[in-house]
Amino acid sequence: MSEAITRKIDRSHMEVSDEVAIDIRAMNKWYGTFHVLRDINLTVHKGERIVIAGPSGSGKSTLIRCINRLEEHQSGHIVVDNVELTSDIKNIDKVRSEVGMVFQHFNLFPHLTVLENCTLAPIWVRKVPKKQAEATAMQFLEKVKIPEQAHKYPGQLSGGQQQRVAIARSLCMQPKIMLFDEPTSALDPEMIKEVLDTMIELAEEGMTMLCVTHEMGFAQAVANRVIFMDQGQIVEQNNPHDFFNNPQSERTKLFLSQILGH
Amino acid sequence: MSEIHAETVAFVRETMLPAEAPPAREAGAVKWLRENLFSGPVNTLLTLLGLGIIWFLVSHFWDWFAHSVWSANSLSECRQIIAETWGEGARGACFAVIRERWNQYVYGFYPSDLYWRPTLVFGLLFVALAPVLFSESRSLRRLILGLTTAVTLILLVALGTPVLWLIFAAAVTIGASVIAERHPLYLLIFSALYPLLGVWLLWGGSIWGVIMVLVGFGLGWGAWLVAARVSPMLSAVAAALVAMIWWIGFAGAAASDAQNLIPLGITPVDSDQFGGFLLSITIGVAGIALSLPLGIVLALARRSDMFLVTSLAVMFIEFIRGVPLITLLFVASLLLNYFLPPGTNFDIILRVIIMVTLFAAAYMAEVIRGGLAALPKGQYEAADALGLDYWKAQRLIILPQALKISIPGIVSTFIGMFKDTTLVTFVGLYDPLKSMSDAVRASTSWKGIYWEPYIFVGVIFFLICFGMSRYSMYLERRLARDHR
Repeated sequence: MSEAITRKIDRSHMEVSDEVAIDIRAMNKWYGTFHVLRDINLTVHKGERIVIAGPSGSGKSTLIRCINRLEEHQSGHIVVDNVELTSDIKNIDKVRSEVGMVFQHFNLFPHLTVLENCTLAPIWVRKVPKKQAEATAMQFLEKVKIPEQAHKYPGQLSGGQQQRVAIARSLCMQPKIMLFDEPTSALDPEMIKEVLDTMIELAEEGMTMLCVTHEMGFAQAVANRVIFMDQGQIVEQNNPHDFFNNPQSERTKLFLSQILGH
Repeated sequence: MSEIHAETVAFVRETMLPAEAPPAREAGAVKWLRENLFSGPVNTLLTLLGLGIIWFLVSHFWDWFAHSVWSANSLSECRQIIAETWGEGARGACFAVIRERWNQYVYGFYPSDLYWRPTLVFGLLFVALAPVLFSESRSLRRLILGLTTAVTLILLVALGTPVLWLIFAAAVTIGASVIAERHPLYLLIFSALYPLLGVWLLWGGSIWGVIMVLVGFGLGWGAWLVAARVSPMLSAVAAALVAMIWWIGFAGAAASDAQNLIPLGITPVDSDQFGGFLLSITIGVAGIALSLPLGIVLALARRSDMFLVTSLAVMFIEFIRGVPLITLLFVASLLLNYFLPPGTNFDIILRVIIMVTLFAAAYMAEVIRGGLAALPKGQYEAADALGLDYWKAQRLIILPQALKISIPGIVSTFIGMFKDTTLVTFVGLYDPLKSMSDAVRASTSWKGIYWEPYIFVGVIFFLICFGMSRYSMYLERRLARDHR
């Protein structure tokens, strides 16, 4: 099911540059003997907004979790912002501090206030002075439209508000790339819109984004490329217009008819 | 309003209903009784049965308590007073033994002219704990520090403390109360120095030993700063290594040289002069303070990815948990001497503290591991995704939550350990429950007294353990964040 995106999208800053942000070559991953990701090749340029779709269990989440090494790949290469992900911890930490991630279940830190959630990583990873980190955090909380909740605890917020805090928390690290792992799947319909609006604003500012989502309205309005995955493989990728109106593979047609056809 | 609509099939609400107060039921006490004690036939029966048991117990013991004598010099005098007041054959407790042997129960065989020293250490314990245990409540801190100041100073005057030390005690307690109002974090400096001060005041001797231990910490910190430029892992190793080398190789000689040069010290007191609650509380507080950090390290080690670290932690924990504490205490008192070089004098209380700490730490590690396992995987992933390294993620995200979940288990372990300090009787130390009561009974005047010392010691233990339990409940409430 998709939410219709009614607002007008400002495309003036949505430029795709020639610079490569993420380069994945011949990547494979196994869970034990189960081959989850098979020969993935994907190049993402700076400023791209990519939506990854597919049935559950197709490996979409695993793919974007490999990009910040929450999952380890067993063969092939992943290069993020010119840093190759290997078992070298220094490289992993470097990539993680440049790549923001938003989770399906928000994963806010319940023992810290909203503001503390947002300033923790800048203070401890980037060594930003506390005052400055708080000022930046308030900026981003205003951007996601919840500055008045700054001193509450995550448990006191609604799901949509929590997810917007999670987005602000990632943005506070000034990431070059943002990964969204089904950011609206755990939300009520009324709250999905507020989170999507925040994500659209981010896209309008030219952020490089990879989103695993079932929100096809978002894909149509914002993405410059849609990737369809099934059984751990990239089955089809295209610009949203052709992807939705003229799908090539039978598997994609079936998926689209199920997700859009009612 | 919209009653007509409500009866038709197509219904449109025109006015939203405002929230109202819940209906008032019967008055408080009656309602409580009916709901909790007499809600049904079974509950009523149980209530009556409970009342019956209470009546049975109280009616049996009431005479004994009511006839108790608090002022007498021997058991026979006690019995005589009871017989005179309540008639021949009347039963009565003789709590006079506690009054007469109070000092022995509290201080053991500590020299009576030095009683002020343990008292001062005990008072300062609360000053050291106030900023740690009551970091968020100014009013509670004020209450604790105010009470500590008043009670400690009164006791010290009554115990005939030397003037210089009285001034020191007043300066520390009053100073702490003042600092706590403005900069409570500064008090943590005193909390950090307290263990050394406490050890020195309790055992006495030259101050240079304490200073040389401090120098070791200073050297370790220096090594940390130097090595931190290379790698954080190395800095921890370097700090520990440098401090260890100093303490084992040089500190002793340096302390005795300094003492020869400038003699500065207080009367030394031997470990075998310790006893009673002084001994229990010394071992208990040291064990509690040391076993928590060790337990955290063991819990993290057991969940580590590194095979060697995990297996060492598992072996340690399973070995210690598989052996009775008494065995470990026997090892501490007898066996350890065989392994140490001849002539080394390794203090018996220190040996016992080490064993009790290891024992409690093994249980603590399992309690904390439970807390760690209870955290959702998403918390670890979020910390990773933000670029926090392992130690920062543990310190800032994982442990604060895991320890909060584990509070009931941690405090249970503390309470168990504190009660287990009475087992030191088996290695010849004078614990308050067994050894001290036997010592009291060994005198001709209290020969034959049985229940009263046990009841007294039990009550004191109960008060301390109940205090810990209440504190843990307070802490849980204070740390509750999911108030929705």
